[in-house]
Amino acid sequence: MAQIDTAKLKASNKQAGRKIGGTVGIFLFLTVLGLFMAMPIYLTIVMSVKPVEELFVFPPKLYAVRPTLDNFRDMFAALRQNRVPFSRYVFNSVAVTVSVTVMQCVFSSMAAFVLAKCRFPGSKVINNIIVISLLYQSNVIYIMQYIVMAKLGLIDNPLALILPSIASPMGLFLMRQSISQVPDAVIDAAKVDGAGLFRICWQVVMPNQKPALMTLIIFAFQGAWNIQTGSVVFQEQYKTLPTVVTQAAASGLARAGVAMAAAVFMLIPPVIVFMLAQKNVIETMAHSGIKE
Amino acid sequence: MAKGNNRKKLRRTWTEIKRNKACYAMLAPFMIFFIVFTVIPVVMSLPMGFTDFNMAQPPKFVGFSNYTTLFFSDKIFIRSIRVTIVFALLTGPVSYVLCFLLAWLINELPPKLKTIFTLIFYIPSMANVYTVWQLIFSGDINGYLNSFLINLGIITGPIQWLTDGRYVLAVTIIVQMWISLGAGFLALRAGFQNIDRSQYEAAAIEGIQNRWQELIYITIPSMGPQLMFAAVMQIVGSFTAGTVAQNLVGFPSTDYKAHTIMTHAYDYGWVRFEMGYASAICMILFVVMFICSRLISRVLSKYMD
Repeated sequence: MAQIDTAKLKASNKQAGRKIGGTVGIFLFLTVLGLFMAMPIYLTIVMSVKPVEELFVFPPKLYAVRPTLDNFRDMFAALRQNRVPFSRYVFNSVAVTVSVTVMQCVFSSMAAFVLAKCRFPGSKVINNIIVISLLYQSNVIYIMQYIVMAKLGLIDNPLALILPSIASPMGLFLMRQSISQVPDAVIDAAKVDGAGLFRICWQVVMPNQKPALMTLIIFAFQGAWNIQTGSVVFQEQYKTLPTVVTQAAASGLARAGVAMAAAVFMLIPPVIVFMLAQKNVIETMAHSGIKE
Repeated sequence: MAKGNNRKKLRRTWTEIKRNKACYAMLAPFMIFFIVFTVIPVVMSLPMGFTDFNMAQPPKFVGFSNYTTLFFSDKIFIRSIRVTIVFALLTGPVSYVLCFLLAWLINELPPKLKTIFTLIFYIPSMANVYTVWQLIFSGDINGYLNSFLINLGIITGPIQWLTDGRYVLAVTIIVQMWISLGAGFLALRAGFQNIDRSQYEAAAIEGIQNRWQELIYITIPSMGPQLMFAAVMQIVGSFTAGTVAQNLVGFPSTDYKAHTIMTHAYDYGWVRFEMGYASAICMILFVVMFICSRLISRVLSKYMD
């Protein structure tokens, strides 16, 4: 085990002037800071398995004396009281999350490629509008969005959960910034070979954009997974997991444990997606060979 | 004569548009959704700052009166400017530097550790953890921080972290910093992975001797776009912060000590239903953020395409 680790350390130190001591120092520094960063998350997990009577013990303990899954059981019990079976909410959330993530990634990648690498009438204006729309935050927008959705007949329609999240200016901006680093020579060469823009985008540019694309998947998944039905969809059979889990968890401090259980439960899928995507990001490093 | 020139120009633009129709086709799927659900609502909301709008009756045009009220008679707004500036100056630059520094340090580690540390630093932006922070800063002796400090003998009685006017801003800033390693941090992590390895090999031959030189001469200059992205995210995050304070120290906070401009807008918009006034507040904030992003883009421009 130890041998493998040192081999890997050496492999990552092929660059100039790497000393093993420096890497160990960085590791220690990050560990200390990481412990501080992870503390509230750790406490969330601990609280979610603490029985009720342990919540108000003095001094509060950093671990559960008698860990229990009661809080999770209570949460699911509260969910079971709903008219609609639990699996329906899971299905709704998965359907919304998958369709938003896929469409957001495909549409943003294409648009980002065009905006980063082509000059055409309107390209500058659109680039500016994207950044401005990121900066313009106003609570009036939600009202206007509601009016637009009402005009389109989307209120109380499950599509209202999907359509507004597809075009995320943040996702586009991220991809645009990353694609702008691709040398023009690469694209010109492909053009000379007779490839159309669509093929250049998907076969020349995107295969080398894995780090940005994986990051976009993380953002899109995380955003879509947390979409609340809130004020646009009212029918019980269209509600998503975050809406009903919040409902189940929201009642007083005595149920802090249940709230923690809900938080932990909702965190599991994004963390899994995050791990898979990050693994992919890190693997791309070895062979990213775009040259001028 | 001028008319003829215009027509010629128009025709040239038209041929340009026709020549680039593949571009528009690829842009269309995104733009349709973007225009319908973002651009139209934004454009519709722009003139609201000049109206009196309570959401029940149609908006009534009132000229600049919202803005004059804001600057000349709304004392709490002036106070919220101060809070926002302190807040943005403390959390913005610090967490921007932290995002970059941590992304870089993580990049120096072996692959397995990279994933784990990236997760640890990013997970606060994924989780909904206000409840746990409330328990940590809870004002009775059961609060984690209070009991910890009492056990160490630093304080004798519990401190009301979330309601005492002396602490609310500091507490809010700490929690904000804790969740601020978000989108910018991940984008920078991705940027580091995207740098061509052969550049480092070439640099080693040319006499780069250590990590620092490598960072300054190769890494930073090839990360311009990601640095800009992180900057915009950080500006938005630090100027529009408000939810942390609302969830943690209550709304309104004690003595308006953690009352940011965004909280003020929330107050007028969703509590008093004076949407015209709220949207004037947001407009001012937008202008400030826009200027900030322009300044940063100028600083970073030498690294951009």
